[in-house]
Amino acid sequence: MSDFEPVLTEHIHQKDCHTLSFYKSVGGYTALEKVLKMNPAEVTEEVKDSNLRGRGGAGFPAGIKWGFIPKDTDKPKYLINNADESEPGTFKDRLLMNKVPHQMLEGMIIAAYAIGCQTSFIYIRGEFYKEFKMLEMAVDEAYESNLLGQNILGSNYNLDVVIHRGAGAYICGEETGLIESLEGKRGWPRIKPPFPAIEGYLQSPTIVNNVETLSCIPHIITRGASWFKSIGPEKGPGPRLFCISGRVNNPGVFEEPMGIALKDLIFERAGGIPDGKKLKAVFPGGSSSAILTAEEALDVNMDFDELVEKKTMLGSAGVIVMDETVDMVQACLNIARFYAHESCGQCTPCREGTAWLVKMLTRLVNGGGTPKDIDMIFEITDNIGGLIDFSKGSFGKTICPFGEAVAWPVRSFVEKFKDEFLAYLPKEKIVV
Amino acid sequence: MNSNGTPKKKFIFTDSGRMEKILSQYPDKRSATLPLLHLAQTQKGFITGAIINAVAQHTETHPAEVMDCVSFYTMFFSRPQGTNKLQVCQTLSCSLNGADDFVDHITQKYGTKPGETTSDGKFTLLKVECLGSCGTAPVIQINNDYHEGLSINELDKLLDSIP
Repeated sequence: MSDFEPVLTEHIHQKDCHTLSFYKSVGGYTALEKVLKMNPAEVTEEVKDSNLRGRGGAGFPAGIKWGFIPKDTDKPKYLINNADESEPGTFKDRLLMNKVPHQMLEGMIIAAYAIGCQTSFIYIRGEFYKEFKMLEMAVDEAYESNLLGQNILGSNYNLDVVIHRGAGAYICGEETGLIESLEGKRGWPRIKPPFPAIEGYLQSPTIVNNVETLSCIPHIITRGASWFKSIGPEKGPGPRLFCISGRVNNPGVFEEPMGIALKDLIFERAGGIPDGKKLKAVFPGGSSSAILTAEEALDVNMDFDELVEKKTMLGSAGVIVMDETVDMVQACLNIARFYAHESCGQCTPCREGTAWLVKMLTRLVNGGGTPKDIDMIFEITDNIGGLIDFSKGSFGKTICPFGEAVAWPVRSFVEKFKDEFLAYLPKEKIVV
Repeated sequence: MNSNGTPKKKFIFTDSGRMEKILSQYPDKRSATLPLLHLAQTQKGFITGAIINAVAQHTETHPAEVMDCVSFYTMFFSRPQGTNKLQVCQTLSCSLNGADDFVDHITQKYGTKPGETTSDGKFTLLKVECLGSCGTAPVIQINNDYHEGLSINELDKLLDSIP
């Protein structure tokens, strides 16, 4: 793995890397030229062959998703680029949009061509104003150079791109919540099926792909599916942007091959933990993943399937590192509070359950806990998310996976660091 | 609004070109709801009843549906805010790197608790959830701009430099 060269972030340290002229000078938009001479079905096949799995969190194979678009429909087809990056611990899409917006845009045009889409959207989270301006500039440049608009590069293919700003709602990163939001409604996820590929934006076939997923596409077209598959585990291969934050010396985004050891990410790329402190726990894939203890974290590779075996997930590859000085009850409360704030309120188990978790954890922190609370926290997490097995795709008690996204981490905190929770109980209330 | 729900004054988009462009970008009008609310809030500073009615009219929806969005999304404000919104991220990576001290510092400096505006209307302090900048924690967003990885001293200088 030592011979791995960054692909997605190869040029981010160069001057003017965000401009069209720079992007073209390093071979940008040649993949698009190639694609426009191909049959759309061939493009989808190539991406299917590459085993590219979604980089937003769910890890669904992108080519298979594209293949769900019905062939025999008169309805317009839509592509939405999910740039609503909001998963705590994740900040890679922001980097891609700031530094190489054209890479993502080229991926979008190729994806849109493959599914037969003529109007596509970039749904960018509202807080990313600078990135929104950057994308506006990139899209304008693309129109001026006939990379968007009518008869792209002399072909008979037309495509428009609309940049749409969100307005501060984590749930709009969920693809059906995003679609509702784009339609001008509150971002309440939809019951599936029908999946967006059949009935998405305005009841038309819609594909939602993440920024990083789309940024991989031009490279797959240029270098081929077999090149992509040769990087990391075959079932979930490719370069991947790992975000490392929390208690590390050198936080940031690191492009590494899929399947890299988590300990290498933490201790080599991110320079280990400040002040010689010991590792305590790690979120491997954003705050929606179950935490790993230090022991577990030192012995795991960042691979979709391996992390599922460890009862957590790769998710958005947002690694949050906690050292021995971190109070796990406080950290758990911080995360629970995030989810209570972001619950969209549609499903009762999640709306009520997240609020109760915050109340109980706050009470515990303030010294008012009772011995029953630990079991009660388990009961609440089970009511919100249940004991879900992601590998079987069995989703539980809420319309969208938000329920699991709060139940998993909170439960893992209490299970793995129970002593710290018990230590918060007032002494006189501990009954032996 | 009056008791019958009609605003006293009509809201007019000053940048009508921008408004028309937004409306023309989407296959249906309702999809323009969020961008029109952003545009109106930039103009007025917060979302008024007149804005809700104007957006509903342009998007051919009911004002209640627009109001639904205003209440759902945290970036829309139904009340006037300070000229500078100091938005401190409080989620885990920022919290582990000193964001809580930011809140305390600003509270002490201006006497405002989270959610409050200084009496001169210059600052509103807000605690917000993950801003997607965890690698440069702690982060504070002042209006549209991110300020990343600041120490308390740097934060102080930054605040003092705001005219």
